[in-house]
Amino acid sequence: MIRLDRAGRTFKVRRNVVHAVRDLSFSVAAGEFVGCLGPNGAGKSTTIKMLCGILTPTSGTVRMAGLDPARRRTTVARRIGVVFGQRTTLWWDLPLLDSFELCRHLYKVDRGLFRSRLDELTETLDLGAFLRTPVRQLSLGQRMRGDLAAALLHAPDVLVLDEPTIGLDVVSKAGIRDFLRRVNTERGTTVLLTTHDLVDVERLCRRVVLIDHGRLAFDGSLEQLMATAPGQSSIEDVVTRLYTGGARPPGDVARQ
Amino acid sequence: MFGVLRAYVLIALWQARPGLAGYDVADAVTFCFVTQALIGPMQLFGGGLTLPERIRSGDIALDLVRPAPLQLWTLAEDVGRAAYLFAVRSLPPMLLGAALFGIVVPADAGRWAAFAAGFALALVVSFAWRYLIALSVCWLQDDRGVAVLSLVLTTFFSGMMVPLHLFPGRLGDLATSLPWAAMVQLPTDLYLGKASVPETLALQAFWAAALMGFGALATRAVRHKVVIQGG
Amino acid sequence: MVRTYALLAWTWTRAAAAYRGSFALMVLLGFVVAAVDVAVILVVFANTTALAGFTRDEVLLLYGAASLSFTLCDMLVGNLDRVSAHIKAGTFDTFLIRPIGAWVQLAADRFNPTRIGRIVQAVLVLGHAVTALGVGWDRGWMIAVMVATGMVIFGSLWTLAGALQFLLTDAPEVVNTFTYGGQQLTQYPLAVYSRELVLGVTYVLPLAFVNWQPGLYVLGRDDPFGTPEALRFLGPVAALVLALAAMAAWRQGVRHYRSTGS
Repeated sequence: MIRLDRAGRTFKVRRNVVHAVRDLSFSVAAGEFVGCLGPNGAGKSTTIKMLCGILTPTSGTVRMAGLDPARRRTTVARRIGVVFGQRTTLWWDLPLLDSFELCRHLYKVDRGLFRSRLDELTETLDLGAFLRTPVRQLSLGQRMRGDLAAALLHAPDVLVLDEPTIGLDVVSKAGIRDFLRRVNTERGTTVLLTTHDLVDVERLCRRVVLIDHGRLAFDGSLEQLMATAPGQSSIEDVVTRLYTGGARPPGDVARQ
Repeated sequence: MFGVLRAYVLIALWQARPGLAGYDVADAVTFCFVTQALIGPMQLFGGGLTLPERIRSGDIALDLVRPAPLQLWTLAEDVGRAAYLFAVRSLPPMLLGAALFGIVVPADAGRWAAFAAGFALALVVSFAWRYLIALSVCWLQDDRGVAVLSLVLTTFFSGMMVPLHLFPGRLGDLATSLPWAAMVQLPTDLYLGKASVPETLALQAFWAAALMGFGALATRAVRHKVVIQGG
Repeated sequence: MVRTYALLAWTWTRAAAAYRGSFALMVLLGFVVAAVDVAVILVVFANTTALAGFTRDEVLLLYGAASLSFTLCDMLVGNLDRVSAHIKAGTFDTFLIRPIGAWVQLAADRFNPTRIGRIVQAVLVLGHAVTALGVGWDRGWMIAVMVATGMVIFGSLWTLAGALQFLLTDAPEVVNTFTYGGQQLTQYPLAVYSRELVLGVTYVLPLAFVNWQPGLYVLGRDDPFGTPEALRFLGPVAALVLALAAMAAWRQGVRHYRSTGS
């Protein structure tokens, strides 16, 4: 469903060339739930943006649902749902319902299907109370639920989430996690999420991809991740070790 | 860029009517670039002051308890900004105008001194006007109306678009005696040596004092409002 | 694309219409601001009967036609020059995750129906000039062509300005000089400007086709710069060439987009 093959992206910052992502290869099969970890500035967001077609890779290939997102951006956009935790993709000044209506048109969703999906999402995400409120007046938790609903109205094959739980309180986080697990298991939607919250990873992800300095630093199941540091019992300690360079050198990457 | 286009229009007008308003073509071109240079420091398109935002956010309360009076404090800030804008926004158009068309440069020190005085007074008038507009936010729900009204009055009646001497009859006389003329038309006439120095400076000083006076009254009213109603 | 645009524009209009008083005020203010430019023309003609050989009503015809194209474009695609603001705020990503072109979304974003005030003003000036000059259908048909041509040219300029903002993100006012400079330039007959400038806006950046070349035909006048008669009718061609260039530039711009931060 998702495939990166030696993908790289460089940025020119004044005179210097910065490698945000280099030689990154991994793939995600249909129905998987993959968490993408990495320290700040590691290249997670750049990777996500290349997968959505927002950024064009400067080297290597990126495939989303078999298509090149940079060249076939709008076709790819129809098949994926994207949520950025840091900023909403909804229309800031419009009521939530208007945003959904716009999505229905933009994604060309059949009216009947739209109604039934919206009813279902309204119930599972508990949106009923603020459907007619302008997005700018929503709380962060409400807004995130609205964003999730908007990303799923067109029933995408893949859901891409960039830090979906950032800034949320414990209860809201738990609600979002429950919802994401159901989307993955009940609908079979492939989910790729980036996060700094390791509880997200423990509760949701069967597989972890760790990016550091733009390169793949680990790719494997949660158990394999824990096994990289025998004797450490908490995932936090394991990941800290990996981030601070206590792990194996980049050449020796564990693969599935 | 915009100054150049305006200069051509004025040149065409002065070719049709040489000597209009006591200017020759060179004066008209110079007028155009001097007024262009005044846009920056005089903030003719409005704004510049952070006051409206501070009023909306409620930070104005902090400003009012400062030991320095709000109006003078803001004036000091604004003069600083004007000095900066003079350097980056005023010199380039003057040089461009000089290079493309050639502009009149006063030869005697007296005229420069008169212009400097007129420029300083114009800054105060411009500030005092924008200060009043900014404070009006306190009493209005939608401040966009006042902002646009100020923009129209300032651009049209300052002489920034055409010399006010071109306005027909009474309108012309009226326009040259209004506060907006004190921001652009009057200092430019001092630069060109086309107006009586004492009379011009007196008119500018009158508007500066009058608008600053209104500003002081408005500041007291705002303080009252903030203290009594809590913002 | 047109349907998508209409849908987005309608949604914004509905949102704006919710505040009725403010809506009416903004329409009125737009009208007043636009009137300043006309007032300047009237002041100039209070002092002379002809400017570079053109009468007041002839100038108003040229002004009205250019203004109508410009204000229509300003309402329809004026938000394209906010590329740099969107990039800085990090909101441009949002346009790219939707299954439709970023251009349409950006053009329709915050569609502002209150700009109708300025359009009405342009229509009134143009209507006055046509009546006063007694322009007949034999040449008057060109006015429709010229407004349409002008819209394509200004729309292309906005697109180019937007495209350039992908490169010059920190200096949007530099590229916006094109659009607003174009508006300022076309307010007066090009006869007032220097030969080099007019040749530049005829053969390089085709602003002369917004109202000047076709306008000369409507007024039945020769070009004081002596350009060939055929140019009066070439506006649509020039507009098309510029539009294609603008489209190519926009594509390049989006491809070179560097999304900021996380």
